Amino acid sequence: MNRKENAGGREEAAENTIWNPAHSMEGGETGNPAPSSPSPSDMLKNPRISVRNLQFFYGEQQALFDNNLDIATNRITAIIGPSGCGKTTHLRTYNRIYDLYRGHRAEGEVLLDGRNILAPDTDLIELRRKVGMIFQKPAPFPMSILDNVAYGLRLHYKLSRSEIVERVEKALRAAALWDEVKDKLRKPGSSLSGGQQQRLCLARALAVEPEVILMDEPTSAIDPVATGKIEDLMRQLRERYTIVIVTHNMQQAARVSDYTAFFYRGRIVEFGPTERIFTNPREKQTEDYITGRFG
Amino acid sequence: MKKRSVLLRKTIDLGVNLAAAIAAFSGIVILIWILSTVIVKGASAIDIAFFLQTTPPPGVPGGGMGNAIVGTLILVVLAVLIGVPVGLLSGVYLSEFGGETRFGSLVRFSTNVLMGIPSIVIGMFVYALVVVPTGGFSGWAGALALAILILPIIARTTEDMLVMVPNSLREAALALGAARWRTILSVVFPAARAGLVTGGLLAVARIAGETAPLLFTALNSPYFPHSLSEPTANLTVTIFNFAMSPYDDWQRLAWGASLLITVSVLVLNIGARRLVRERERRK
Repeated sequence: MNRKENAGGREEAAENTIWNPAHSMEGGETGNPAPSSPSPSDMLKNPRISVRNLQFFYGEQQALFDNNLDIATNRITAIIGPSGCGKTTHLRTYNRIYDLYRGHRAEGEVLLDGRNILAPDTDLIELRRKVGMIFQKPAPFPMSILDNVAYGLRLHYKLSRSEIVERVEKALRAAALWDEVKDKLRKPGSSLSGGQQQRLCLARALAVEPEVILMDEPTSAIDPVATGKIEDLMRQLRERYTIVIVTHNMQQAARVSDYTAFFYRGRIVEFGPTERIFTNPREKQTEDYITGRFG
Repeated sequence: MKKRSVLLRKTIDLGVNLAAAIAAFSGIVILIWILSTVIVKGASAIDIAFFLQTTPPPGVPGGGMGNAIVGTLILVVLAVLIGVPVGLLSGVYLSEFGGETRFGSLVRFSTNVLMGIPSIVIGMFVYALVVVPTGGFSGWAGALALAILILPIIARTTEDMLVMVPNSLREAALALGAARWRTILSVVFPAARAGLVTGGLLAVARIAGETAPLLFTALNSPYFPHSLSEPTANLTVTIFNFAMSPYDDWQRLAWGASLLITVSVLVLNIGARRLVRERERRK
């Protein structure tokens, strides 16, 4: 049923987009990014998120045009492109966080497990439990490290004190922060360093057991060592979570992601397995950007 | 081309600098002057009886300001209980919900105007609205007048403090699946806590010394307050009555009450400063 809907959406998309996921579905073998016809086959079978004809408006100004994109389950998809090209805007539709602002409006479809989350009847609280987000600047809440991680837990579950402590520890371990903070869980979250704060935010997001994790330039505000830690974590988390990362750092996209989408001026210019995008881009604009000719 | 005189430029610079420094210093001088006068004239009036006994009849030595102190405390607490929740919620509305709507700008404009209305006009208003229909001066009317005074101050400081909380915090809470009200209560308020408490303290300091709105509403009384439906003793109207009287004892008590109010306002201001500094240090 859902798949049928998706298929219908895809045909429609084919008519008015630059890049159409349907093209990349034909031929080729998995794991072998043949330059001519790559096949991200696991993405085709069950994409976690399918974006169809997504348009986005800041008031009168349109920021995204006819975005079509499939996000593969339990893979890392990177969104790259020059500043102001709509990467973050695109990502922020996946959990409807733009809803906070007056005049921000999305049209089209963002299908999560076959359901259009842009529909007005979407339960935003349940959506955001399933789709966690890490922001560019770590924003620890004005409370202790323990309470920071427990914040989401307490929102969604009725848990005893000991269960909370147990799950906080689990989340902090998953974010590779436990050893550094286990003796100061009562200290304010803001007392940590920038890189630790970002991992705290990651632990906070992981604690509610999401299925998808959105990362909006998660390492742009922290130092290289901390960045390395976050990237290592992403590779581990990939086993269990579907990750979408917006980054202006092309090396980062090449290092961590399985798929890459290149955005330019609110449109998706090219999408495919990361290796192929970086070694053999089909579009001139992609090549120019990757080789550093602009952006 | 003729060069402009360096000496002239430097002299003018020095002159302006000096004039500004003297003007700035005059603020401190006036404050110290007021404080020292109030302390010199008021300190002798302050003893245990000042806090415990009621205001004396004219010509009778002794007595105190006990009834007025209790009355002022009651009026201020009541005004805070009425004015702060309403002010706080309107501030929340302006910052979190409808600040950008037409209704929001109307509310903001009205609040600004309300803040600028002379307090005596608010006293007159409450007199016509409450005192005349109920047939008498009352503590309730006084508290209401002070609440109207405090409301716009709280509303504006709340908005200003909440707007300063970065959106990244709101987004982080919402992205975890928190509802709007929950985000405001559990993340935005704590983040703005020091600022909100500071605003509250300054607002209390502002109304603690108001006289005009109480003249027509709470009026005054020589007794300890036992019902808020009757005229209620308070410090400022007592000062007004006693200071202009020909009796030495009354004048002495008025100076004592002035000292008490001045010191209280000073303490509230210093407390507010402390909080601001603490907030800055934590950043």
